Amino acid sequence: MYEGPVQDLIDELGRLPGVGPKSAQRIAFHLLAADPADVGRLQDALGRVKEGVVFCEICGNVSEQTQCRICRDLRRDATVVCVVEEPKDVLAVERTREFKGRYHVLGGALDPLAGIGPDQLRIRELMARIGAQDITEIILATDPNTEGEATATYLVRMLRDFPGLTVTRLASGLPMGGDLEFADELTLGRALSGRRTV
Amino acid sequence: MSLYRDTGVVLRVQKLGEADRIITMITRKHGKVRGVAKGVRRTSSRFGARLEPFCHVDVQLYTGRTLDVVTQVETVDAFAPWLVTDYQRYTAASAVLETADRLCPEEGEPVMRLYLLVVGALRALSSTERDPSLVLDAFLLRAMAYAGWAPAVSECARCAAPGPHRSFSVAGGGMVCMRCRPPGSASPAADTVVLMDALMHGDWDVADGTAQPARREASGLVAAHLQWHMERQLRSLPLVERKAKEASG
Ligand SMILES: [Zn+2]
Ligand SMILES: [Zn+2]
Repeated sequence: MYEGPVQDLIDELGRLPGVGPKSAQRIAFHLLAADPADVGRLQDALGRVKEGVVFCEICGNVSEQTQCRICRDLRRDATVVCVVEEPKDVLAVERTREFKGRYHVLGGALDPLAGIGPDQLRIRELMARIGAQDITEIILATDPNTEGEATATYLVRMLRDFPGLTVTRLASGLPMGGDLEFADELTLGRALSGRRTV
Repeated sequence: MSLYRDTGVVLRVQKLGEADRIITMITRKHGKVRGVAKGVRRTSSRFGARLEPFCHVDVQLYTGRTLDVVTQVETVDAFAPWLVTDYQRYTAASAVLETADRLCPEEGEPVMRLYLLVVGALRALSSTERDPSLVLDAFLLRAMAYAGWAPAVSECARCAAPGPHRSFSVAGGGMVCMRCRPPGSASPAADTVVLMDALMHGDWDVADGTAQPARREASGLVAAHLQWHMERQLRSLPLVERKAKEASG
């Protein structure tokens, strides 16, 4: 145990995902020795992240404005919407450069064990969006794991009564059990281009 | 370091660090077991999808200082791929896992009977045409019997007078006779009581023949009884889809 502010910092860093006690210590002492200007920028970024970031009113992705960069981009195909669990999955799909449509971020997966049902996700918003906009295809890109598959199953049931709407799921090339964010671009790109109607 | 091997059902997984998970299992010989599965969230993990909730696995772990570490996994029954194709079955199976997790005492205590009930319920939910709601309620009644506080169904919960009785009181312990009946008791239909008795004893011929209103009422009583005995509310139970067959998909 260290004294006062240093230990406080180590404790706070240790709460972050992926940061064990040893890494927390290493980061804390790095910051202590770092150039004050560098630490200042980090401090500013931390301060802004809670106030400055909003969620896009259309797709639910993190954004700086009421509508995100992708929803504002008129070159992107508004008729195809890729449904993902988290904002980080948008990045994963973007990295493939395979997809030119838009997104819908659910905010998680249906997981009764965690108390997450349809009302806790942005499913109603998705239905409203399909009802109001000219959308012809929904790509279900939830994680290839149990909760992600169950979420896709539920959405297929909800979406099958929209006339003229095609619902597709990523091809089975993705290994089951993982998180989408860990899929490499090549595999994810292939899964995207080989998607099948469900 | 000491190795041990057992069969178990994955009840719950929690993210740990960058790509690991803590896996909570109910096992045949070692009761509740918690182990770390390293790198399991990477799509390249050698564990693949074998350590997801609902998986029935043959697993090898070594005893760590704080948590045990999973070294090998083989699938015994792959329930998850079937359960996730039907949202109603998925939610019912989730309630089975959460109930088992909550009824499982401390790590290490043997819980063979509860383990067998869990495997039986998941097998029925993933492989039969039976109404998932009935399978769940049968599991909940028997799990409560395992815990020692199943509702009385035929005899009066208070004076043991032989039934059939007409009132049900959660606080009173189940079905109660006219004399013992506390104020505020429910008055379930006769069919509902017959159904609960059939579910408790595994009489599927009777249970399968019951109508929706009796099933709905029995589910309500079973859930009320379960929640009353639990310290904290179950998260999954209110999310279970209790619709009739045609809604499944
Ligand atoms: Zn947007
Ligand atoms: Zn009595």
